[in-house]
Amino acid sequence: MKPGRLASIALAVAFLPMVVPAHAAIIEITMENLVISPAEVSAKVGDTIIWINKDVFAHTATAKNGNFDVTLPPKKSATSVVKKAGTVEYYCRYHPNMKATLKIEP
Amino acid sequence: MFIRWSAAVAAAILLSSPALQGASAADKPTDPQIAHIAYTAGVIDINAAKQAQKKAKNKDVKAFAEDMLRDHEAVNKQALALVKKLNVTPEDNDTSKALSKQASDKLAELDKLSDAAFDKAYVANEVAYHKAVNSALETQLIPSASNAELKSLLQTGLKIFQGHQQHAEHVAAELK
Repeated sequence: MKPGRLASIALAVAFLPMVVPAHAAIIEITMENLVISPAEVSAKVGDTIIWINKDVFAHTATAKNGNFDVTLPPKKSATSVVKKAGTVEYYCRYHPNMKATLKIEP
Repeated sequence: MFIRWSAAVAAAILLSSPALQGASAADKPTDPQIAHIAYTAGVIDINAAKQAQKKAKNKDVKAFAEDMLRDHEAVNKQALALVKKLNVTPEDNDTSKALSKQASDKLAELDKLSDAAFDKAYVANEVAYHKAVNSALETQLIPSASNAELKSLLQTGLKIFQGHQQHAEHVAAELK
């Protein structure tokens, strides 16, 4: 192997963590029959959340602290990336009895 | 006796009383009657929302009316699909009649109001109405339903309407 190629592999490896964060995970949160599940889930900054609405009703995932507000039309899903650490309580603006917690680690 | 039961529901809804009491097993409405009552209750809130869309001034009240319209239409669509699937013909009954009569009186009453007075009265009525319907669902309609799918739809309806009640309470608090 030529030294030049080795160097470029080393460079690629060095930059890899910048492209794909080591802990990035995909977390699914489902709304079905007016219930959010899991009711409590842990995530890390950089993780992607897939919000899945299985109901024929529109829902939202609205953070009480204002960190996020995702609108989910009937039978649709949406994704968002977790940006800030902290324990976030969220609810559906249309049906405030739908509540859950997202624990975000740095 | 069904008439006694329906009079109790009508009274409870008129007075927004927290619970219906004193109904024995013999008072149980049948599934076709339950389906009719649930559908009628939905139509009533749809009509109230349509009136609010025309008359409301406050943006939160307008948005709330839009939410009611969307959700109640979705529930009623499901209800219609279910009765079709089960081959059940919804049966008109005294409770449905009492509900409709009371609702048309309310529409006429609200029609005389405008601007902030209308907004406030509409939202206050939405709180009271959902409270009454939820109470009827919880204590009478759900326990009386014999078909499992009907029962399950009513249970989903209860969760939605409990959400609407809380939503209406939030909007009412903001208007003060």
